[in-house]
Amino acid sequence: MPTRDIEITNATGLHARPAQRFAEIAARFRSRVRVRRGDETVNGKSLWEMLLLVAPPGTILHVEVEGDDAEACLKELTELLRDPDNEQADS
Amino acid sequence: MEIRKGIPVSPGLAIAPAIVLDSEQFRIPRRSIAAEEVEGELARFRQAVEGAQGEIRELREHVARDVGEELGAIFDVQDALMADKRLHEEVRELVEREHYAAEYAVSTVLKAYARKFLKLPNRYMAERVADVYDIEKRLLRHLIGAKRETLGRLTEPVIVIAHDLTPSQTASLDRSKILAFATDGGGRTSHTTIVARAMSIPAVVGLQTITADVSGGDMVVVDGNRGLVIINPDEETISRFHETEQRFRRMEESLGNLKDLPAVTQDGHEVALWGNIEFPHDVEMCLARGASGIGLYRTEFLYLDREDDPTEEDHYQAYAEAIEALDGRPITIRTCDLGADKFTHLSGDYDERNPFLGFRSIRFSLQHIGLFRTQLRAVLRASVLGPTRLMFPLVTNLKELRQAKMILADVREDLEEEAIPFDRDLAIGIMVEVPSAALMARNFARECDFFSIGTNDLVQYTLAVDRSNERVAGLYTAGHPAVLRLIREVVQAACDADIQVAVCGEMAGEPMYTVLLIGLGVHALSVSPATLLEVKKVIRSVTMDQAREVTDKIFSFDSDREVDAYLSELTRRLLPEMAV
Repeated sequence: MPTRDIEITNATGLHARPAQRFAEIAARFRSRVRVRRGDETVNGKSLWEMLLLVAPPGTILHVEVEGDDAEACLKELTELLRDPDNEQADS
Repeated sequence: MEIRKGIPVSPGLAIAPAIVLDSEQFRIPRRSIAAEEVEGELARFRQAVEGAQGEIRELREHVARDVGEELGAIFDVQDALMADKRLHEEVRELVEREHYAAEYAVSTVLKAYARKFLKLPNRYMAERVADVYDIEKRLLRHLIGAKRETLGRLTEPVIVIAHDLTPSQTASLDRSKILAFATDGGGRTSHTTIVARAMSIPAVVGLQTITADVSGGDMVVVDGNRGLVIINPDEETISRFHETEQRFRRMEESLGNLKDLPAVTQDGHEVALWGNIEFPHDVEMCLARGASGIGLYRTEFLYLDREDDPTEEDHYQAYAEAIEALDGRPITIRTCDLGADKFTHLSGDYDERNPFLGFRSIRFSLQHIGLFRTQLRAVLRASVLGPTRLMFPLVTNLKELRQAKMILADVREDLEEEAIPFDRDLAIGIMVEVPSAALMARNFARECDFFSIGTNDLVQYTLAVDRSNERVAGLYTAGHPAVLRLIREVVQAACDADIQVAVCGEMAGEPMYTVLLIGLGVHALSVSPATLLEVKKVIRSVTMDQAREVTDKIFSFDSDREVDAYLSELTRRLLPEMAV
C-alpha cells in the first residue's frame, strides 16, 4: 500500500481550506485514505476529521492510501500538501 | 459516564435531564422515534442540510459581492462540512440504530465534534468551534425552528446548562422546574451564582466546556457541594447520589430546628439576620428559613427583559408585595444597579472597555434622572406599608450621595404637594463597595443613616480581580487582609457615628466569615436564603468575647491564606456537620 510522509512547508500550515481540498480530492478516489499525525489517525475523506489535524508549518503528515487507484490518489494529495496555498491547483 | 470539575457556588445536589441553552435559547429535546419513522427522519435531515446549504451559499455570494471573494470563501468550509459524507453517516447511524430524532442526532454528533475541536491548540480551536456552533444552529433552525420550545413553559424538572446565564435569561426562566445550573463561565459571585443561591438550588460554574459536553436530554448530576457535574451517570453513581442527597437533607433538617430561634450569641448579643432578594416572591423563602427581614432587595430585575421602562406602578406593585409579605419586618431597597454585567435596553450598544469601572449603578441613575425619580417615588409611596430603608449602590464620592439625596428631596416635595403619604423618616444609606467609600466612611457616616458593605464589589475593586474571569478568580477572596482592614474601618466609622452597619455581599453568607464579622461589630448580616440557617448556627455558637478574640487574631495575619486557613479550621469546629 502506497504511503508517504509529507512535511507541511507553507507559511500558514495546513488550515481549513487546504484541508477542505484534501478531503475533496480524497473523496474522488475509490481508495481508502488515512492521515496520521503523531499517534492520531483520521479518515482523509472527511473534512470534519481532517480539521482535527490542524498542522502548523514543519509538521509531518503520514498519508496512507489503499486501493486500486491508490497511486494516482497519493500523487494528487502529495501535490496539494507540498503547496497547500496554491489557489490555482484548486480552480 | 463523564465527570467534570468546576467551581461549586451554591450547595446541594440534583439529578435531572439537561437542557442546554445556546445563544438562541434552543432546547433540544431527547426524542426517540419509531422504527417506521427512520426514513422520514433521514429525509428531514437531508432537507435541513439542503436548506442550510442554500442559506450558506446565499450568504457567501452576498459577502463575496460586498466584502470580497476572499471573505466569501470562508463559507465554503461550512458548506463542505455540511456536505461531508462522514457527518451524514454518523447522523444516519444514530437515527437508524439508536432511533434518535433527527435534531437530537445532529446535536449529539456536532457536540462531539465541538468537544474535539475544543481540545485543539487555541488559535485553531476558536474558529472551528464557531463553525460547528453555526452549523448546529442552522440545521436545528431548519429541523425544529417551527416548534421551538421556550424556557418559559417547561413541563418537567430540568438542569439548565448554559455558557453563562444572563440576567434576562434567568428572568424568563420558569423557576419552579429548574433543579440546578451548570455553566461554562462565571465565578463565585457571577449572576448565575447569585440567582442559584437566591433560588436555593445547586450550581457549579467555570466548567469551561460543559455546553459542548452535554446534549439536551442527557441525565446530569450537579453536585454543588463538591463542584462536580456528572454526565450520564451509571447505576452505582445514581444510588450513591441518592444516599448523599439524603444525608444533605438530614443536615438541612437539623438546621431547620434553628428556624424559629433568634440569631443571638451565647451571651445574648443579637445580630440582625436578613435575606437578600431579587424578586418580591423571594421574601417567602427567606421567611421560611428564619430571616428577620430583607437587607438587600436588588431592584434591577424590574428593568431587565423588557423593551420599555418599568412604570412607577410596576415598581410600586413589586415593593408593596415584598413589604406586605414581610408583615412588619424591615426591608432595605437598593436603587437600580444596572450596568457592568446587567444591562437593559437603555444601556444601548455602547461597548465599554471596562464595564465594571464604567457607566453603571448610581452613575447610571444620576444620568437618567427621570427613571431614577420614578423609582424613588415608588419606594417613598410603598414606605408607608412597612419599615422601609432606601440604599444607593456604588457611591464613590460625597457628591453622588448629595445629588441622590437632592433628587429624593425633590421627589418628596412633589409627593407632599400631591398629598400622597410616605414615611417621612425613611432611612437613607449607601452601599460601601468601593475602596474610596470605605476610606471616606467617616465623612459618609455624617450624611447617611446606615451603611451596608457590599463585599463582592469591594473585594474585586480592592484586589483588582475580575470575579468572573476563571483564570484569575483564584485571587478573589474576602479574606485578604486589605479587604478586612477596609471593612474594619467602615464598621468603626459607623459605630463612632452611631449609625447601623450591615454586610450584604456573599461574604456575609459564608459561615466561615461570620464570627469575624460579628467580632468586628457588624450589626446586621444580609445573606442569600440558602445560607441563612448555617450563619445563624454560627452566631448562636459563640460569645462576643470569643468573636472579638478571633477578630484580633485574624488581624495579626498578613496573608489571605493564613486568614482563610484559620477561619476554615474554626468553622470546622463550630459546624462539624458541615464538613464534607
